[in-house]
Amino acid sequence: MRDAFVRALLREMDRDARIVLITGDLGFGVLRPVKERFPDRLINAGIAEQSMVGLAAGLAATERKVVVYSIGNFPTLRPLEQIRNDCAYHGRDVKIVCVGGGFVYGSLGMSHHATEDMAVMRAIPEVTCFTPGDPAETEAVVPAFFGTPGTCYLRLGRGNEPWAHAGAIEGWRFPEAVRLREGTDVALLSAGGILAEVGKAAEILAGKGIRAEVWSFPCIKPLDTERIIRLARTYGQLITVEEHNITGGFGGAVCETVAEAGTPCRVHRLGLRDAFTTVVGTQAYLRKMYGIDGEAIAEKAAAIVYEKRTDAGTDS
Amino acid sequence: MGDYEERVHSAFRGNPIPVRDPRVLAWLIRRNGLEMAHISRGSHIGSVFSVAEIIAVLYGTVLNVDAGDPRKPDRDRLILSKGHAGSAVYAALAETGFFPVEELSTHYGNGSRLSGHVSHKGVPGVEVSTGSLGHGLAVGAGMALGAKMDGALWRTVVVLGDGECDEGAVWESALQAAQFKLDRLVAVVDYNHMQSLDFVSNTLALEPFEDKWRAFGWNVRSCDGHDTAALEGAFDWAWRNAGSGKPTVILAHTVKGKGVSFMENRILWHYRTPQGEEYEAALKELEAQRP
Repeated sequence: MRDAFVRALLREMDRDARIVLITGDLGFGVLRPVKERFPDRLINAGIAEQSMVGLAAGLAATERKVVVYSIGNFPTLRPLEQIRNDCAYHGRDVKIVCVGGGFVYGSLGMSHHATEDMAVMRAIPEVTCFTPGDPAETEAVVPAFFGTPGTCYLRLGRGNEPWAHAGAIEGWRFPEAVRLREGTDVALLSAGGILAEVGKAAEILAGKGIRAEVWSFPCIKPLDTERIIRLARTYGQLITVEEHNITGGFGGAVCETVAEAGTPCRVHRLGLRDAFTTVVGTQAYLRKMYGIDGEAIAEKAAAIVYEKRTDAGTDS
Repeated sequence: MGDYEERVHSAFRGNPIPVRDPRVLAWLIRRNGLEMAHISRGSHIGSVFSVAEIIAVLYGTVLNVDAGDPRKPDRDRLILSKGHAGSAVYAALAETGFFPVEELSTHYGNGSRLSGHVSHKGVPGVEVSTGSLGHGLAVGAGMALGAKMDGALWRTVVVLGDGECDEGAVWESALQAAQFKLDRLVAVVDYNHMQSLDFVSNTLALEPFEDKWRAFGWNVRSCDGHDTAALEGAFDWAWRNAGSGKPTVILAHTVKGKGVSFMENRILWHYRTPQGEEYEAALKELEAQRP
C-alpha cells in the first residue's frame, strides 16, 4: 500500500504544483523519488510532530494541499490537538498519511502498534478517513484523498503486501464499500489492511461449503451506511474485522449504523478487545494471537452459520 | 447594545474614521476589555491589559491589514497564540472598523461568535482560532513558509504568552522557523512575568529568556511592552530583519493587569471578573487615563 501510495502521490504532485509533502523525519528510501523529482516541495519537519502538523495547517492556509507523512501513531495521536484545532476546525487541506496501521511494526512494540487511530480520527468532525484494504484499493482512493476538501486521513498498511483484489478497481465512487467476494451464507466486513486475512477466511469457509460475502470499506468516514444496512437486512448478523481496537473503531461504526437504522441485526466485532498488545512479533503472529487471522475469522463465521442453520431447523 | 456604545465608545461615537493612534487604541482595548469582562463575568482581564499596547500597535500602525478587504492576499497575518486575551483582538478589530463595536457586548454570551478564546469563525480579521496554548507559532511558521515559497512579501506575526512558552511545541516551532530561515516571521512575547497560578520565575523560569531564543537561532530584542513608540521601533527593526535569514522575536516586557492599580501584578486578576465596587473603581481609573 505504501508503494502504491507513493506512485499515486508522484502522479498527483506532477498534476498539482500546490501539493507539498511534509515528513516527520521518516520514510527513508520511500520518499526518495519525491525528493529527486520535487526537491522544493518536500519538507522534513524533524522529529516534532505537533509542530509538523501546525506547520502543515499554516502552509495549507497559503492555498496549498499539504501531505503529512509519518508512521504508526506519530501522525495522529501525538499531534491530535493540532489536527483537531488547527487543521479540521479551520477546514485546512491537510492530508495525513499513516504507514503502518495495525500490527505492521509488530516487533517494535506497542508504541508502534496503531490500534486506536481509526476510532480517534473518525471522532473528529470534518475529517474524512480512508482505510484501503490493499494496494488496489489504495490506488482507487488516492484521488479522493487528495480531491476531498479539508482534512483527510489515510491509513495504510506496509510496503509490498499482496493484493487482495484480483486487479485494479475500476470506477470506485467515494465513499462506497468494495465487494471482494460474492456469497450467500454470511457477511464479512473489513476495514484496512486486514482485508487479506478476511479474504483468506472466505477461502477457508468455501472449503467447508460456506459461501461468505466479503466487503471492504476503504472509507470509514463518511461510511457507506446504505451497504451496511442492506447487508444487515439480508443476513441479520454481521462480522466486522479490523486490525484495531473494537472500541470506537470500524466495528463500532457498523454498530452505530445498524442500531440507528433500527435494523434487527447482531454485530460480531473482531479485533483487539479493548486491550494493549503486550508481546511483540510479526504482523502475522500478532494477527493470529488476537484472533483476526484467516483461521480465526473463518472459525467465528462458521460458528455463526452453523448456529443459524440449527436455529432455522428448530424454529421453522 | 446602544448602552454599550454609549458607555464605551462615547468619545469616538459618530466618528466614522477607524482608530489608528496606538495609544488611543490601547486605551479602547482596555476600556472595552473591562466592559466585556464585566458584562460576561469572564476572566483573563489581566492578560488583556498586559497585551493592550502590543495589539494596538499592530492593528493601529504596524500591520498591513484592511477592514474593507479582510482577506486581501497580500495582508500581513496576525495570530494571537495566547487566545485567552481574545477580547483585546476583538476590541482592536471593532475599533479599527472590521465589525461594529456594539457586537463586543455579546462576547462570551449564548450564541455569540466572539468566544472567550479568539475565534476566526465568522469574525472578519481573525486568521486563526486559538485557545490551547503552544499552537500559534507552528501555524504562523507554516504561513511564513508558504509566503516564502511564493516569494510573497507579507509578514506573519505571532503573539505568544510567557506562560505559553512552557509548551514544548513552542520550541519545536522555534527550531523549525530557524531551520527554514523564516525571516518574515516575527514572534512577540507578552512577557508579563506571570502565569496562571504564580509568577513565571516560580513556575518554570524562562530566564535567561533572550539567550534561549538566540541559542535557537533567532534575532532577539527586548522592549517596554507598554511604550507604543518602543514597540513600533521594535517592529521596524523586525521588518528590517527580512533578509537576515533568521526569524525575529520581540520580548515585550509588560505588567499583568496594566492600567488598573489593584489589578497590576496580581495573580487574582488572571481569573477574577470586575463587578460591583471593583468595576466602578477600575472604570474610574481607566476614565482618568482617557487619551
